[in-house]
Amino acid sequence: MTAVADARVTGRARGASRDLTGTGTLLRLALRRDRIMMPVWVLCLGLTASSTVGRLDSAYETPAQRTQLVQDMNGNGATRALFGTAFGDSLGALTVWRVGAFLTVFAAIMSLLIVIRHTREEEETGRQEALSSCVVGRRAGLTAALLTVAIANGAVTLLVAGGLAAQGGSGAVALGLAVGLSGMAFGGLAAVAAQLTESARLARGLSAAAVGVAFVLRMAGDAAEDGSKGSGHVLTWLSPLGWAEYAPPFAAERWWPLLLIAVLAAASISVAYSLAGRRDVGASFYATRPGPRAAGPFLTGVFGLGWRLQRGALAGWVAGFVFAGAIFGAISDGADEFLGDSDQTREIIERMGGAQGLNDAFLASMVGILGTILTVYAASSVLRLRSEETDQRAEPLLSNAVSRLRWAASHLVISYLGPVAVLAVGGLALGLGYGLAAGDVGGSLPRVLGAALSQVPAVWLVTSLTVLLIGALPKYSAAAWGLVGWVVALGWMGPALKVSQSVMNTSPFSHLPKLPGEHVTAAPFVWMLLLSAVLTAGGLVALRRRDIGG
Amino acid sequence: MKTAISASGLHKSFGRTHALDGLDLEVEAGEVHGFLGPNGAGKSTSIRVLLGLLRADSGAVQLLGKDPWHDAVDLHQHIAYVPGDVTLWRSLSGGEVIDLYGRLRGGLDQTRRAQLLERFELDPTKKGHTYSKGNRQKVALVAAFASEVELLILDEPTSGLDPLMEEIFRECVAEERDRGRTVLLSSHILSEVEALCGRVSIIRKGRRVETGSLAELRHLTRTSVTAELAAAPTGLSGLPGVHGLDVRDRQVKLQVDSDKLDAVLRRLTEAGVRSLTSTPPTLEELFLRHYQDDVTRTGTETGAGTGSGTGSEEAVAR
Repeated sequence: MTAVADARVTGRARGASRDLTGTGTLLRLALRRDRIMMPVWVLCLGLTASSTVGRLDSAYETPAQRTQLVQDMNGNGATRALFGTAFGDSLGALTVWRVGAFLTVFAAIMSLLIVIRHTREEEETGRQEALSSCVVGRRAGLTAALLTVAIANGAVTLLVAGGLAAQGGSGAVALGLAVGLSGMAFGGLAAVAAQLTESARLARGLSAAAVGVAFVLRMAGDAAEDGSKGSGHVLTWLSPLGWAEYAPPFAAERWWPLLLIAVLAAASISVAYSLAGRRDVGASFYATRPGPRAAGPFLTGVFGLGWRLQRGALAGWVAGFVFAGAIFGAISDGADEFLGDSDQTREIIERMGGAQGLNDAFLASMVGILGTILTVYAASSVLRLRSEETDQRAEPLLSNAVSRLRWAASHLVISYLGPVAVLAVGGLALGLGYGLAAGDVGGSLPRVLGAALSQVPAVWLVTSLTVLLIGALPKYSAAAWGLVGWVVALGWMGPALKVSQSVMNTSPFSHLPKLPGEHVTAAPFVWMLLLSAVLTAGGLVALRRRDIGG
Repeated sequence: MKTAISASGLHKSFGRTHALDGLDLEVEAGEVHGFLGPNGAGKSTSIRVLLGLLRADSGAVQLLGKDPWHDAVDLHQHIAYVPGDVTLWRSLSGGEVIDLYGRLRGGLDQTRRAQLLERFELDPTKKGHTYSKGNRQKVALVAAFASEVELLILDEPTSGLDPLMEEIFRECVAEERDRGRTVLLSSHILSEVEALCGRVSIIRKGRRVETGSLAELRHLTRTSVTAELAAAPTGLSGLPGVHGLDVRDRQVKLQVDSDKLDAVLRRLTEAGVRSLTSTPPTLEELFLRHYQDDVTRTGTETGAGTGSGTGSEEAVAR
């Protein structure tokens, strides 16, 4: 009896170590594959932190200015939602206030991309199967992916901490850890998502949605309560991004919220491990249901196909914007309760939003956030066209009686009309949320909806640039993500960092009137629409002339 | 006979790689034409040019009397293409993909679709990513064979099919031929080519090195002869077309160009034949001769005349 039990125990122990066989080789493979992408992410995050100190130093020179800034920004729910809560007026604390949330969100996105890329994507393409047939343990793939993401987050932690070390050692370490641990937590959640679904695309979508929900919860909680004066709001405490915020580096440094993030990371990673050991390679916990024997009347051609391929992502974005719009709308009311005797708040809000009334200005900044974030959807929708090509599905499709323009149009119709639909529902939710809170649905709904739709030309400009890339420089299509990152970073951080107008002008969103509130002229819209049309036409002409294939 | 495919002097380079280096190809309407060549010879590139997916740097190409680059859409009404590596959309069922392709071509014969599904034993309700490689291949094959088209372009279509399914595939191609359709079949499986193709073209390094009917091509190769003679033979080495002559006392082994066999036999009978085996050239020999890479080629050329080689890899001076 005992002998049997002993054998089982040793068998299990041996199994556990065998599970990891080959991890080192897989790790080197992963690092080799990420040798460009990972350093770019790490450097961008690290430089953002260190360069912000200098920018804030020159933008708010005297301590009095900084104290005033913090008082103004914290005194108002809307600005707290927008920028997060400031926990101190030192240069370090201000840097955390300005880029802390940005860094944690982007570390989370970097981590989920890395994890999915080395787990579910490997399985979906069948590469994992070939690797697993070698001397590779059952959990080696997941371990290598998690080690890769740990290396990336470790480097981010070091760079962020190093960049801010001059502002105070423990604060710098706290911020570095907050960013790096958040990355690991969302990397762990992505690892769980990778076990649950068979599609890398869906796994990425689910993990990104988790980041989005955490972000909106953090915003809502910050809007409701000034976390620097009390224990913080429950909504913020519900969000892992809120834990990073509530361990305020360079201010009332609390280390235990960082522990919470570490616990989430450890918990999600162990869930992923136990799931990974229990399933078949390539499979997931949801069995795929059979499909129809024959194509329905809707799948008559490439347009039906394009809709089938794009509808899931569109539905996800619509749902996300309804959620975000409603919450943003509800917290927008009351922005003017603290109109402020300070010029600084007014100036920042004006730079970001507009002039007439803080409520309008706040709504305008929310509309601006929705618009800039939507460029992510616009680019991903167009890039679907490129992935169809690199995954070798375009070639057989185009060897049918389908012209290239028709094939491109089947996706681009959704890339252009999708953002309109998403902005429309986002605008409706924002207007409705605000209208209900302010008791003026009839008046605010059309104004906010119009404001949301005014973002369309700027989003389309990003769409068109992506089309041009795919047509003219297909090998560099991924550069569209650089463009999106630039636009989002400028929109998010530019105003408070007092970035010069000429730099701000590189973003199409800087050329839009701040709506609702500002006076509308046709010129910027006309120019942007014209430019979009020209870029799209150029991209399509290039697509017609070039070779198709990887 | 009408010409279904005609290409001449096709050039295509990707950066520094010359994938096609003056390729010629003629396929008559109604024939099953074998398209052969070692890996990387440019078969798939040629097919992509024929489909108008790639634009040739220079050269002329016509399919069914149309230019594949400029008249792609018109032309593709009459063409069905099966790639060697079929990738499907993960969310679409096999049946949906077959119908979609049919609708995007000239149309789909529903009775034939049902028959083919049964013959290939393919479950059309499975989703794209759950099919095995062979089954993905079957989805594309059913879609192609059920389509109302004139020309089928098949790029190593049987990779991943089991022998039983390969047999079904052969039947289907034969049926297509009987219905008067043209098939361009790129394949490495020589028995498949031998069973199905009337004519073949062999390409190597982006050029066609051989074309013709299988009978014609056989004629170009060598027959192996082994004989035991009554007396030592004379004058064999002086005969044209004799290779790899190996005389040991009264045992003779040699290879001879198939059209020069007659003269050799005459010499052998003069010496008195006790036993004789003569092996016709196999297709493998024919293909191997063209598949050999340059290293072996130059190697045997310098060693030519020693009479020790099998002769099969010796370059034919052309």
